[in-house]
Amino acid sequence: MDVISDQNWVLSVGTFLPLAGVLVMLLIPKREELLHKQIALITALATLAVGIYTLVQFDYGQAQSLQFYASTEWITVINSGYTIGLDGISLPLYFLSMVITVLVMIYSWDHIPSPGNPKAFLILMLVLQTGMAGTFIAQDLILFFVFFEVVLLPMYFMIGVWGGEQRQYASLKFFLYTMFGSALMLVAFLALFYQTGRESFSIPFLVENGINIDEDVALWIFAGMFIGFAVKVPMFPFHTWLPDAHTQAPTQGSVILAAILLKLGTYGFVRIAIPILPQAAVKWAPVIGVLAVIGIIYGALGCLAQSDMKRLIAFSSVAHMGFVMLGISTLTATGINAALFGMVAHGLITGMLFFCAGSIKERYHTLEIKRLSGMLIQMPKLGWILGFCAMASLGLPGLAGFWGEFPAILSAYNPAPQLDVTLFRTLMVIAALGTVLAAAYLLWLYQRTAFGEPNPEFTGHGHAHAVGAAGNDEHHSDIHDVNIYEWVAWTPLLIAIVVFGVYPQLMFKVMDPAVTQLVGVFNP
Amino acid sequence: MLAHETAASAGWFLDNAFLIPVIPAVAFAVIILFGKRLPMKGSEVGIVSMVGALVLAVGTTYQWIQRVDAVHGGEGEHAVARGVYGFARGLLPQAAEGGEPYVEPVIRSWVWWQSGGLEFGLGQHIDGLAVMLLLLVTFISTLVQIFSLEYVRGDRRYTHFFASLTLFSAGMLAMVLAENTVQLILGWEIMGLCSFLLIGHWWEEQANSRAALKAFFTVRVGDMGLLVGVAILFGAFGTFSIQETSRIAMDPATSQTVLLWAAIALFIACIGKSGQFPLHTWLPDAMAGPTPVSSLLHSSTMVVAGVFLVARLYPVFYNGFDIAQNGNSLNFIAVIGGITIVIAAGLAFVQNDIKKVLAYSTVSQLGYMMMGLGVGAWTPAVFHIFTHAFFKCALFLCAGSISHTASHHSFDMKKDMGGLLKRMPITSGVWMVSTLALCGVPFFSGFFSKDEIIDNAEHNGYPIFFVIGLIGAFMTTAYMTRATYLTFFGSPRGAAAGEHHHDEAHAEEHELGLATVGHDAPADAHAHADHTAHAAHGHDAHGAHDAHDAHGAHHAKPAFGIAGESPILIAAPIAILGVLAVVSGYINAAPFHIEKFLEWVEPRASEFAPAIDHATFAWSKAMPSIVLVVLGFVVSLAISRSVFGDAPSKLKGLTERNAVLGAGHRFLVNKYYLDALYENVVVKAVAYPIAQAAYWVNQRVLDGVVNAAGAGGRRTGEWLYKYVDQGAIDGLAVNGSGKAARGTGGALRPLQSGKVNQYGALLFGAAAVGALVLVIANI
Repeated sequence: MDVISDQNWVLSVGTFLPLAGVLVMLLIPKREELLHKQIALITALATLAVGIYTLVQFDYGQAQSLQFYASTEWITVINSGYTIGLDGISLPLYFLSMVITVLVMIYSWDHIPSPGNPKAFLILMLVLQTGMAGTFIAQDLILFFVFFEVVLLPMYFMIGVWGGEQRQYASLKFFLYTMFGSALMLVAFLALFYQTGRESFSIPFLVENGINIDEDVALWIFAGMFIGFAVKVPMFPFHTWLPDAHTQAPTQGSVILAAILLKLGTYGFVRIAIPILPQAAVKWAPVIGVLAVIGIIYGALGCLAQSDMKRLIAFSSVAHMGFVMLGISTLTATGINAALFGMVAHGLITGMLFFCAGSIKERYHTLEIKRLSGMLIQMPKLGWILGFCAMASLGLPGLAGFWGEFPAILSAYNPAPQLDVTLFRTLMVIAALGTVLAAAYLLWLYQRTAFGEPNPEFTGHGHAHAVGAAGNDEHHSDIHDVNIYEWVAWTPLLIAIVVFGVYPQLMFKVMDPAVTQLVGVFNP
Repeated sequence: MLAHETAASAGWFLDNAFLIPVIPAVAFAVIILFGKRLPMKGSEVGIVSMVGALVLAVGTTYQWIQRVDAVHGGEGEHAVARGVYGFARGLLPQAAEGGEPYVEPVIRSWVWWQSGGLEFGLGQHIDGLAVMLLLLVTFISTLVQIFSLEYVRGDRRYTHFFASLTLFSAGMLAMVLAENTVQLILGWEIMGLCSFLLIGHWWEEQANSRAALKAFFTVRVGDMGLLVGVAILFGAFGTFSIQETSRIAMDPATSQTVLLWAAIALFIACIGKSGQFPLHTWLPDAMAGPTPVSSLLHSSTMVVAGVFLVARLYPVFYNGFDIAQNGNSLNFIAVIGGITIVIAAGLAFVQNDIKKVLAYSTVSQLGYMMMGLGVGAWTPAVFHIFTHAFFKCALFLCAGSISHTASHHSFDMKKDMGGLLKRMPITSGVWMVSTLALCGVPFFSGFFSKDEIIDNAEHNGYPIFFVIGLIGAFMTTAYMTRATYLTFFGSPRGAAAGEHHHDEAHAEEHELGLATVGHDAPADAHAHADHTAHAAHGHDAHGAHDAHDAHGAHHAKPAFGIAGESPILIAAPIAILGVLAVVSGYINAAPFHIEKFLEWVEPRASEFAPAIDHATFAWSKAMPSIVLVVLGFVVSLAISRSVFGDAPSKLKGLTERNAVLGAGHRFLVNKYYLDALYENVVVKAVAYPIAQAAYWVNQRVLDGVVNAAGAGGRRTGEWLYKYVDQGAIDGLAVNGSGKAARGTGGALRPLQSGKVNQYGALLFGAAAVGALVLVIANI
């Protein structure tokens, strides 16, 4: 793997800048809420500016090389280094994490969930940002592991403190479950280290040497990483933490969770597990593929059984990540490109859906599908945005979601030569069935909540068209259409969904060289 | 030979035909963003864009015809010898035309995106089929938008309506000129979306929104086949290009198994989109949308997308299903098409809603097109798309005109129509002409296309489908006679007689709100009832009312000064379509040896297209269908007169008195119980319990394991703490360091309830287990 070390300060600054904001905020008393919001937003914007700089300076002709590469000694006793770099696979996710953080900050401007305390909430978010960005730039397994774990704590507190009624249970489950996976992952990392001669934890080094590990051993090591990443994705049957975490998390938490955190798992597969142990990946791919497709169908069925909108969206993540994993399991450039695209697309679309759900909850104080109806009458703009996101989520061509799903299905027809064609073609057909179910649960949700006449419960005096009169009734005064903060936070996502849907090349051209290099080992 | 010469050779319109869908696509964006601020609320943008697209389409057609004529005149170097590729049967007179040159399509494409060496392009594939549909779609869209100006005037979502119509046209046009299968999917799905939006246009009524959901979902079931089919074709052939796919499909060396699977998958998509049995059930419900939508999307253009797909990738189907196999083979396409013709026509007999009669008629006619393709009658089937579009669009617009002007937004033929013949001369005249065309009466357009399909079924060795075609012709005439009688003859009833049953409609409103999909109540009637209700309560401040029935104003300016006729914006498009319902057939009128479709549209046999045989027209062969049409008319008229007429008759109420007939009638009224099967059995009894069961497994089994593991871990921790930690270790020398650790933990405790220790224990416990595993695995 070639590396380019120009401007190697860029990534470190981009990753740790949020912590500078945290330091400042720690010194300011809690009651200065506005100031905290300002500082947090400015920090996030500054980080984003660094991200944009990275985007501009990135050499797209060399997207397969690690750029802005830096490597210094860190924990010399175990030969672990502070090795960072960015290639076409990590760039989109790295940048996405920065964008999402800014948007969530904007949304938080007037949506600090109870019990308030913006200082702590925003600090956690900035720490989270560092963890997320760090995971995507780490090129050393120990460093990766540290960032991977750093992400956990802020999210644990976000759910546990600012979450819904069952926040304690959900946050603990989230934490323990992920921790359990991490433990196995760490063991696998250590085993890798020992198996390659205890020289280095650096990913480029391991990519070169991992292939020499005995296949039997490699299978076990892969298994450890598999569980670690599969919990995070989450893949069936390791997904049960997700609906609880998503449902209980505050809106901001759900958005970040869906948009970025789930991608840490899939990214782990693409960045670490598959390139380092290709010989094991080939053996594991059928398992991954089968579980992915079970996840697609199972997640969709789970959606159909839901009565709560947010839980439904959470289950839809299981289905969508199934498509991502199916793409990865084909071990082809098309499949992995589709998976990477799918990650970003899912981040944008499901993130947006969670934003919508959060705003609906704020207005109606419920997300029970039965009680919601006629949202298009009460809040036409929010209703149409929800419809747009539902359409994007079910994979309408021309919107971003399609380019994650369709190429993944396509790639399953011709998986890597080492894989069983019949199995993958069967998976392809079942996955296609998943697109039908996706249409079913999303449109059914939309038909029930957005169409029809508003529920009299939420319309002042029990008459259908009470928008004008709603203001008189204070109980219902909070049912209003999209406000300015929501517009600012959402518009970039909505635009991105269209732009990537219309011109997917924007992202594919960044990822493609790196992915092609990655799968080169499977197509000699 | 195949190297495509660009720009210079083809002419500007042909080279830039890709602009045709771009114009409405841009217009859509303009309408959505600025429509509400424009003087005509965005409708002007829609209409201008459609006219612009129409102009380009006309130019393209003109240049295409020139191109064909030039090649035919020039013969020479482009010629591809016919029959070499093995599918021409050689025995037939057409083979004598051998050596007729292949007219190269004008293909351009741009790389849209690439991934892992595979390229997705956008482009245009302009050949006779594409040109024909470009012209057809832009023309019909333009007329329907003009019609809509008046028809939905004052609608609560007027701007959205035009935006969706325009986007629909863009989608359809993009699909029609698709250079590759991905672009085809793109257009296909955009149409599906627009269909959803437009059927559910009056989504306040639950029945409408459910119809929209049903339409999108049913079509989506078929779309699964499209995704799989495209994946198979791409996986096997390594290309998305339609031209390349056709070439490979025609190559005798290509595996027939692959073609068969691809053809089956793709045809499932066509079944969904083109309302073929057994997925036809969405189309009649789709009549919940405004009438212009029914006439544009659900009769003349969108629903033919499935037929178009088969026609477009014909080599795949032709060789996959072995259509050329002379003899009594039953192939998937022909069988489905044949079944559809008959079952849909059967349902048309028991409808009271005029639009539903037309909807089932559409399904039945789509069956003809599919059957035509299935028996190898490519050109007649495609020609039927062409003629059907005009007369069916005309019929729907007539129904809209009646409902708009005469029957007070009702579509119920039995309750609110009758005796309209003289009152609405333009509407009734066009209706008659179009009905004659639909029935396949000689010298009207439908005759030239439908009869060709029937004739060719026989000619190509498919006698069963020849018979089905004839039965269909009989049934078509019979149900159209019934509908015509109910609408235009007899004495006026209900709204047509001037009764404005506001209160009645209002009373129905709540009931209808709860109605399930498939409720026969006319959608516009509720919308109207809705409006009255709001007006009465004075709650129309935010414009959510359906003002398209602001009556007085419209009735004040009847078309051409004829009292009782619809306003000119409605009547003019109808009249134009009425004329075309007659003359459009003469572009390819076999009895008169005019065969322009053969020349301009049909691809010549070549390495890209199979040879298409044509039966030679003879009046003697047309006689059976003509006789059956006459018979259908006579029988149906006699029955209609006695059942629906004013005079007393024994036939009245026969279905209630006779058990057998009653059962048959119920069977039809319940649409062969297919809807019940899908909704009660497939959705409610199967899908819902499966989803519930899956969720139960999730909560009780998978999550149960997790929770049990958590609880077990906690108990282990407690035990360890009590007996090992406190008892053994703590009693020893660890006290000092333990205190320090607890102090650190204490800082975090308020937030985490002191669980960090447990996580740590779990982490290292798991690591230990993992290490053990690795040791056992003998590393």
